[in-house]
Amino acid sequence: MKIGRALGRVVGIVVLAAIIFGGYAFMTASHTGDERTAQTQGTGTPPDLAVKEVLARGEYLARAADCAACHTVPGGADFAGGVAFKLPFGTLYSPNITADKATGIGDWSDEDFVRAMHAGVDKEGHLLYPAFPYTSYTALSRDDILAIKAYLFSLPVVQSPARANDLSFPYNQRWALSLWNVMFLKKERFQPEHGKSEAWNRGAYLATALGHCSECHTPRNAAFAMKDGEALAGEELQGWRAYNITSDKTHGIGGWSDQELADYLSKGHVAGRGTASGPMGEVVEHSLQYLTPSDISALVTYLRDVKPQPIGAPVSSGQPGNTVAASGTEAGLGEELFVGACASCHLDNGQGRQTDYAALMGTRAVSDPHATNLTQIILHGSQLNVGHQPVSMPSFGQAYSDAEIAALSNYIVKHFGGQQGALSAADVAARR
Amino acid sequence: MTSFVRPAHDDADLPNPSRRELLKRGGLVVAFMWLGGATRVLGLDNSTRIGENHPLFAPNAFVRVGNDGSVQLVMPNVEMGQGVYTAQAMLLAEELDVGLDQITVEHAPPNRKLYLNPLLGDQATGGSTTVRYCWTALRDAGAAARYMLVNAAAQRWKVDPSQCTVARGVVTHAPTGRTLPYGELADAAAKVTPPEKAPLKDPKDFQLIGKPMRRVDSSGKVDGSLIFGLDVRVPGMKIATVRACPTFGGRLASVDDSHARSIPGVLRVLKIDNAVAVVGEHYWAAKQGLDALVIQWDRGANAHLSTEQFFADMAHASEHGKPIVAKEVGHPDGAKGKTISSTYELPLLAHATMEPINALVHVRPDACDVWVGSQVVARCADIAAKVTGLPPESITIHNQYLGGGFGRRLFEESVGQAVAFGKQVDYPIKVVWTREEDIAQDCYRPAYYDRISATLDDNGKPVAWTHRTTGASVLASFAPPAMGKNGLDPDLVECAADLPYAIPNLRSEWVRHDFPEGMRVGWWRGVGPTHNVMVVESFVDELAHAAGKDPVAYRREILGEDPRVRGVLDLATEKAGWGKETLPPRHGRGIALAAPFGSYLCVIVDVEVSPQGVVSLKRAVAAVDCGIVVNPNTVEAQIQGGLVFGWSAALYSGITLKQGAVEQRNFNDYRVMRLNETPPIEVHIVPSKEKPGGIGEPGTVMAMAALTNAIFAATGVRLRKLPIDTSLLVKDKGALNEVLSATAPVDGAPANARNLS
Amino acid sequence: MIVLTINGQDRQIDAPDEMPLLWVLRDIVGLTGTKFGCGIAQCGACTVHLDGQPVRSCVLPVASAVGKKITTIEGIGATDIGKRVQQAWLGIEVVQCGYCQSGQIMSATALLAEKPSPTDADIDTAMSGNLCRCGTYVRIRAAIKQAATGQATLPQTIA
Ligand code: FES
Ligand code: FES
Repeated sequence: MKIGRALGRVVGIVVLAAIIFGGYAFMTASHTGDERTAQTQGTGTPPDLAVKEVLARGEYLARAADCAACHTVPGGADFAGGVAFKLPFGTLYSPNITADKATGIGDWSDEDFVRAMHAGVDKEGHLLYPAFPYTSYTALSRDDILAIKAYLFSLPVVQSPARANDLSFPYNQRWALSLWNVMFLKKERFQPEHGKSEAWNRGAYLATALGHCSECHTPRNAAFAMKDGEALAGEELQGWRAYNITSDKTHGIGGWSDQELADYLSKGHVAGRGTASGPMGEVVEHSLQYLTPSDISALVTYLRDVKPQPIGAPVSSGQPGNTVAASGTEAGLGEELFVGACASCHLDNGQGRQTDYAALMGTRAVSDPHATNLTQIILHGSQLNVGHQPVSMPSFGQAYSDAEIAALSNYIVKHFGGQQGALSAADVAARR
Repeated sequence: MTSFVRPAHDDADLPNPSRRELLKRGGLVVAFMWLGGATRVLGLDNSTRIGENHPLFAPNAFVRVGNDGSVQLVMPNVEMGQGVYTAQAMLLAEELDVGLDQITVEHAPPNRKLYLNPLLGDQATGGSTTVRYCWTALRDAGAAARYMLVNAAAQRWKVDPSQCTVARGVVTHAPTGRTLPYGELADAAAKVTPPEKAPLKDPKDFQLIGKPMRRVDSSGKVDGSLIFGLDVRVPGMKIATVRACPTFGGRLASVDDSHARSIPGVLRVLKIDNAVAVVGEHYWAAKQGLDALVIQWDRGANAHLSTEQFFADMAHASEHGKPIVAKEVGHPDGAKGKTISSTYELPLLAHATMEPINALVHVRPDACDVWVGSQVVARCADIAAKVTGLPPESITIHNQYLGGGFGRRLFEESVGQAVAFGKQVDYPIKVVWTREEDIAQDCYRPAYYDRISATLDDNGKPVAWTHRTTGASVLASFAPPAMGKNGLDPDLVECAADLPYAIPNLRSEWVRHDFPEGMRVGWWRGVGPTHNVMVVESFVDELAHAAGKDPVAYRREILGEDPRVRGVLDLATEKAGWGKETLPPRHGRGIALAAPFGSYLCVIVDVEVSPQGVVSLKRAVAAVDCGIVVNPNTVEAQIQGGLVFGWSAALYSGITLKQGAVEQRNFNDYRVMRLNETPPIEVHIVPSKEKPGGIGEPGTVMAMAALTNAIFAATGVRLRKLPIDTSLLVKDKGALNEVLSATAPVDGAPANARNLS
Repeated sequence: MIVLTINGQDRQIDAPDEMPLLWVLRDIVGLTGTKFGCGIAQCGACTVHLDGQPVRSCVLPVASAVGKKITTIEGIGATDIGKRVQQAWLGIEVVQCGYCQSGQIMSATALLAEKPSPTDADIDTAMSGNLCRCGTYVRIRAAIKQAATGQATLPQTIA
């Protein structure tokens, strides 16, 4: 995560502002904002679930908030924590959020839990690192938070002691975060916007509070706070590019149809647009695929209306190359590798006959001259499990050299994205 | 009964195998001879007449002639691509005087009495031994059958058998022109007294041997009709797939199979000590069931094993362990001159046969049937008996064609596993390993750590040479009694103790360093020679470089006496045009020369290395002297295939361990060579009248050193560790920053993309 | 129940939609000429034709083969090109263990159907998705040329 860089800056800011803001920050750290705000329109679960009991609602909300992504190790016990977040200056581990009293949050009161979500402070009053997206969760309604808690507390408890974070000084000084919070954390609950439709407001709540899309998709400033004016205009993190998902036609998703957007969110794939991989694949797998059609369409409504931002690489505008190897010419290294190891699934023409998810032609990942996500997928593979249908691509990082992967990426970008690939072996080495 | 295998006591009292014997037979073969007793090919005792009441004429364990004229040859060795069915059939058919197109072949059942391979001391196929042991024996068997058939005809015509000739299974009485086909003689021939020893043909009269014959097993392999082990289907059969504990020696702790059981088509979840299997109506159900299991492993003692630790341990053992001396001549220590020393590291290797491991088993209370393609059918029967507790006679092994062996199917542990699962159900189950399981649960070619050093005189010639190998022994677990008296594994030092070069002071030794408990070592297309030739021939190249001499000229200077070594060196260098032209920059030509498995080979490889370090092979030339050639077509195919197998390993393959488990999973990360990466390969055969040498493994033996020597010639980088780390071959930092073109390189453009050959 | 057209014959098959065609062929229909090598589209052993296009049946959900013409190694000899390729394979003595060869022949046949006189580069493109652990590549290349030209390109040892 970029938190690494951010925390570095955080510390810088600390030095400057400690004296001025220190006392104030320290005193307000545990404040959660106005807790009397009523459950407003747009919050809660969709109408079809509203009648259900609290556990069912809690489960839905926990999914929409994608708790599992950070608190469940693949193959491990649900919500037992231990997911590692590798940062340049150490590693953070997510905590156990099952109701185990000794190692989980079993003895947290409702207030404790609400405070964690709204203010980023744990039961003991320790400040939590913003890898935990409390800057978004702070907008959640109290009822929703308590429904999530009820759900978590209904699950089997797991004994799993928190792994100590492994951060070097001064990044292990949590108190410094209070200053950052003062500056960048707005402890405000979600308020529906008047004049916008019900669907829009619901979508806004899903996107900004529960789904915390901005945490990945909104560019960050020097202090690692989201740039307000550039919401959802795209950012890079953990080596992956979270694309511009504003309504800009060239740089964002303005050119996608409603159906395409809905398909992408709920199935993780749209022909000619892209397949969710990496962190986005996880979001689809753990969270989005479980949203009701009404919520998906609310999200679409909201995303349609996000202010266009002409930022980042344009979505495929080039002409995909001649995909049939020219006879008689000598093939380049990238093509050789593609036909050997890739074409079986993706087909020479990039149509991906074997599974729809393998279609490459024109997708965003192959239209990026920097091939950021493409290289990640080649290096590390990709898994997606939607509707209990696993699709996966194996990793090729171990068996192929940097030069080979660079040539392969460039070939793919050229042939299926119509862009001039610009990768060198050194670029690939840096992304390993 | 003559055989070139001499009685055991000839060698048993020698402290070390003599150089000549080693060169002639290969260490593995010598090792098995030390077992003693294995001096006859038992099935070739012509008095062993099976099926006395059989409608067929069955004069010995190998030949069957039916009343309808059909000729069936029973193959003592298994076919796994190496062409032994054809070679063995040729030996039999040659003396029997039938055409290869007139015969059918079938696998021998497990029967050590009849089908023992004396060079391996078991009913086994491996070690490039088949033609070497069958050369006389199978011809004897064919000749004996012919003798009886001809005598039957002579008796019927009341003529002297010496007046009869045979061609294509028809006996002709030359003076009268009368003819009788074998089919009509089958019954009568069965009554003829078998000969003590039937005369063999003069080699100049050979009709088949030495001719490039077509394989007998091809047609079923081009139309999909041939049945491999994985293809066998029996009524009522279900399919199972397995996951064993990923850490070696670990155990199954618990399985939650609730999800798996709800998958349509999943029938049962079976457990054994260290593995779990899901049985389904078809593989897909079983595989989905397997993926849905939540398994807890007790990861055992190797839970923290890593490749780094593995090599660190070997390096330590190399320094501090107690070496077993395989050979010492003169005074290798303290010689005067310039000393060159190097360390080589070779990785664990998996086999990755194209056909994943499988076995179909049907266990009943009183009997057990196993359908499997195995290199060791008799051992499969043993393990089935052991696991079921049934007497050996209740076990039936139906051996099948092998979709690749390479030594993997010299191990029968997977058959034991399948039987252990099969015991738990009352229907036949076909246990099919996933490719991932096949790679993660292999019997690996051991990793090796070698320290080698030489002292050069003023002319650059080596006056002293010491070579210490450290690593595990395959033989020690495969056939413990075959280990030398001093604990030496003779296979491990083949091509290291006896070099084709004359070096006055030499010591070759081995520090035994076993795999951790629970990990299985395996044969792998030439274990000792493949490893040793890589080290020795790379090091000879290093010496040539240190002496400032051309690698071929240098080898000529230090060559020993054996003319066959010089023969292959001359032929290969001439065909490759060694020294005839200057190669373009970053192109290089490399050589390897050795005498593995009783054959002599010289291989020359041309490569190009891109500025970013990508290696492409341009051309390869091999010269082979494998004694009398039974089928040159097979020799060429085996050398070509063997080279590709060896290059694959050198370029890409290597098993690494992390947290006690194998990291590689499938062909995406256990990469092997593809067609577009394969150069043209010329194979030139030296005509010879010597006894046949092996050809299944030698290609692989030669591949690695020839390649890395060529890379040295192209880049100046000496690779002492496999698989090749291409980052070492990068021209300069700038090359890495060059954008790798997405399109075909145009003429004159920098070679930043690899050209195809 | 779905209906598959395999080698010109219609077959009723009871299999889940997402079951890969490979296992339908091998374990349900009983056509074992199509091989399993990797299960992840890396080796080509499972290659069959779908309306003449070579596909990896190990990752092809059977549902996507419905309504298309499936050709396997057992049926390829019925086509002109398939027959020629098989003949060339025998002529050049390509096979060793033979396990990969069904897939090789299916890929080669599809290549020649599309490009009757393939260049070396065409052969690379069409064939490098098919692994052969026995290393028969040199002869595969020669056999494809022989099938294309009709001229015998024997292995150098078969004079
Ligand atoms: S089994 Fe389908 S490509 Fe390997
Ligand atoms: S012939 Fe054995 S894998 Fe190709």
